[in-house]
Amino acid sequence: MRLRTSIRNRAFDVTIYAILTLLTLICLYPILHILLASLSDPVRLVAHNGILYKTLGFTVNGYKLVFRDNSLLVGYWNTIVYVGLGTLVNMIMTILGAFVLSRRELYFKNHIMVVITITMFFGGGLIPWFLLMKDIGMYNNLWAMILPVALNTWNMIILRTGFQSIPYELEEAATIDGASHLRILLNVILPLSKATLAVIFLYYLVGNWNSWFNAMVLLQDRDKFPLQLLLKEILVANDTSASTMGSAGGVVIDSAGSATAYRELVKYCTIVVSTLPILLVYPFLQKYFVKGVYVGSIKG
Amino acid sequence: MEALRKSVRMKKDIKKNWFVYLLAIPVLVWFFVFCYGPMWGVLIAFKDYKPLLGFSESHWVGMKHFMDFFQGPYFWRTVKNTLMLNFWSIAFGFTAPILLALLLNEIKDGKFKKTVQTITYMPHFISLVVVCGMIHIFTADEGVVTQVLQFITGKDYTSLLGYSDFFRPIYTFSGIWQNVGWECIIYLAAMSSIDSSLYEAAEMDGIGRIQKMWHITLPSIRPVIIILFIFAVGGLMAHGYEKIILLYNPLTYDTSDIVASYVYRRGLREASLSYSTAVGLFSSVVNFVLLWVTNRIARRTSEVSLW
Repeated sequence: MRLRTSIRNRAFDVTIYAILTLLTLICLYPILHILLASLSDPVRLVAHNGILYKTLGFTVNGYKLVFRDNSLLVGYWNTIVYVGLGTLVNMIMTILGAFVLSRRELYFKNHIMVVITITMFFGGGLIPWFLLMKDIGMYNNLWAMILPVALNTWNMIILRTGFQSIPYELEEAATIDGASHLRILLNVILPLSKATLAVIFLYYLVGNWNSWFNAMVLLQDRDKFPLQLLLKEILVANDTSASTMGSAGGVVIDSAGSATAYRELVKYCTIVVSTLPILLVYPFLQKYFVKGVYVGSIKG
Repeated sequence: MEALRKSVRMKKDIKKNWFVYLLAIPVLVWFFVFCYGPMWGVLIAFKDYKPLLGFSESHWVGMKHFMDFFQGPYFWRTVKNTLMLNFWSIAFGFTAPILLALLLNEIKDGKFKKTVQTITYMPHFISLVVVCGMIHIFTADEGVVTQVLQFITGKDYTSLLGYSDFFRPIYTFSGIWQNVGWECIIYLAAMSSIDSSLYEAAEMDGIGRIQKMWHITLPSIRPVIIILFIFAVGGLMAHGYEKIILLYNPLTYDTSDIVASYVYRRGLREASLSYSTAVGLFSSVVNFVLLWVTNRIARRTSEVSLW
């Protein structure tokens, strides 16, 4: 009887391990495929059928083409600027809002909360938003990547909850010692909220890095485009600029057929170049994100 | 008298804590400009807005744009597609992370569990644009997914994104690929706080592992499931358009064009500003009602609710 149960148990375990292993491989394969394809000989790649488990031939020509394309580098730089500046503005605004709303003595606090909560359920919609952005000069302006998304209400409320969980006695003691509000914020509240700050910092960072829609509808000049919008043009609209594809710069493209093949190769390489940095750092940041899910869930 | 005393107290407080009130200003200004500004602009849904005439000079037309939408051919198509896409997302996308969490919860080997989690989170960190780019590559004429499908069905397919029958499966399953590992974190967290004596008692009674999942694990995480379900159903009409407009094309509009993508296309691509504002307003009203109703039902039946 006991043996029967243990065999059943064992079979159950094996099934679960098998299912999970299969799922993991399915999750991993698309990423692996892109990586292998980006290093493969493009002509053989086009002719290849089915699953890739190793590179077909080996070439880094795709990467050479990607790095020779100036617009992608400009896009990378723009994204770094937008992410850096945008996340800084995000953090300042969020800390301000959370700090103000966590004050006990504040008059109008409930009114302000109502004003803010309403925006979580109602909005004007895309078109009135767009018209307003044009009216206030956001059109083709780099601040369009920063100001309209300067604050996320949800993150602000999460941070406020964090601030409120700090024992009031600490602030009281600081006030008795003659500390100003600014000192209390900088020297008492912020150092004690490091974990929550890290979480919302990462949320903003990822949000800004991934953002493309506002850029698509608001930005006109190509030299202001963030990386994601250029990626959209290359990957989704089938629109790799002709200049990348020329034989200029020592990468020999011998026939029309291989030009198409190279166009495909460039797509793979572009994905790797734009995504690999994040996939490499993310395992180190993972625990913060996971913590963020908990923080968010306590609130929700 | 009371009001006067209150206003004196308030003035004193503002004088004493002026710094805090000063800090509130940028945040409030931001909310008024970027959140309330568009809400006011929603009035163009009831006008025949012409950019040249400006907001105040454009004529009022009442409910004309709403009537046009309700009576036009796109009303049913977009509403039906929004509902169907959400049905798919809830039926498959909502249940997948729960199933994964149930499976992972059975694993006692920490290393294996961690590896599975790390790998299944990974797609969550790929940007939406790149994910959609990968979908385009894999479902192209010679893409891997297309080839596998041809192998299984024995039929010949061109690019899968050109078939309206495939739009919902592609959209839903790519969404699962992207989010399943990530979304299961919250369920795993809920499962880790289940009292282990419950399982021990069940073992004494000789209850099998699948039954334990069904009778102990699932009921224990029910509140979490319900809250997330309210969000999923409540956000139904507000379904994001970003992924849609990265994947759809005219060939698949009859399954892929949802209300939000229709608003985007008519409003920003074809410049029917008032009309698409009306459509957008319609969908946000429906959405709010849905959220309210689901929340009410959840509160009635399970005493779990958002507010």
